[in-house]
Amino acid sequence: MTSASPPVAKPRYPSTYNPAPGHRFNVGDRIAIRRTFPPGHRRTPFYIRGKQGVIERICGAFANPEELAYGFDGEPKKVLYRVRFLQKHVWPDYNGPQHDTIDMEIFEHWLEPLPDTRN
Amino acid sequence: MSNPSFDYYAQQKHGHAHEHDHARDKHAAIETREGPPSEYEIMSRAMQELLEEKDLITADQVRQKMERFEEELPYRGSKVVARAWTDPEFKQRLLEDGKAACAEMGIDLEADRLIAVENTPAVHNVIVCTLCSCYPRSLLGMPPTWYKSSNYRSRVVFEPRAVLKEFGTELAEDVTVRVHDSNADMRYLVIPMRPEGTDGWSEEQLSEILTRDTLVGVTTPGVTRK
Repeated sequence: MTSASPPVAKPRYPSTYNPAPGHRFNVGDRIAIRRTFPPGHRRTPFYIRGKQGVIERICGAFANPEELAYGFDGEPKKVLYRVRFLQKHVWPDYNGPQHDTIDMEIFEHWLEPLPDTRN
Repeated sequence: MSNPSFDYYAQQKHGHAHEHDHARDKHAAIETREGPPSEYEIMSRAMQELLEEKDLITADQVRQKMERFEEELPYRGSKVVARAWTDPEFKQRLLEDGKAACAEMGIDLEADRLIAVENTPAVHNVIVCTLCSCYPRSLLGMPPTWYKSSNYRSRVVFEPRAVLKEFGTELAEDVTVRVHDSNADMRYLVIPMRPEGTDGWSEEQLSEILTRDTLVGVTTPGVTRK
């Protein structure tokens, strides 16, 4: 396991809350958050851009907040995931044990696939 | 000549033109010193008046909603978790789909989607919204001031153990601290560990130790001995 791959539980139950037709990623997939800084309303915190994590669950497709913020209808909807990150990877100076994590919601268009290093 | 109705200070002065002995007269007017309404209060008031004029809402509906926010919503989360503590199958359903489990109890989360996260001997969960102040209002009411503070929002993500310690919560190194940044469409509720010494307690008794802060994860419920 690489330092950027925190463990995620095998889904014990359906992991979608809304339907997520055509979702690109699955639970356990390693991904990177795009490191890009476009202007506008974005719900991807700056501190997580460029970091690597693992898909923890698929929340389903939701109206795109980057469009909703400007009075549009948020269509087409975007698939929302929960991604788990190791704190030591997110904050190199993190003053806590290796296994502490941070989880957050990231829309699919912010995710980039990483090679699967699991056995 | 300026319009005196827009001159707050002139109004205050006028209001105190008559004499009161505040020390002895218990019916003396309360000095509020609330200051003039903010721009947002004026906008919100204007919006409400427009909606009332168009017969879309009534002032009583607005008042009812505010009352509900203060009297009912803050106590729902503890009822839900007390049920989860006493009914393992319900807890499982709550973990699988929080909104559906709450609906079983007659609690409508409206637009909120809920993820319940369970504390165990190995994992401690804590909730924050670093971008604003997303909070499970339909279960816990209005967020407390500290939850909205930039101090909490910026620090709990990178030094959660230090922040938790300030709340009186110290966790062993072998416990995984899992911070949840509630940054988009889901809302979060922590299911704390049920403390020792609560065997045989009713859901109502249990809900009393399930305070707001335990459900956000900054502290853990305990039994205080009398």
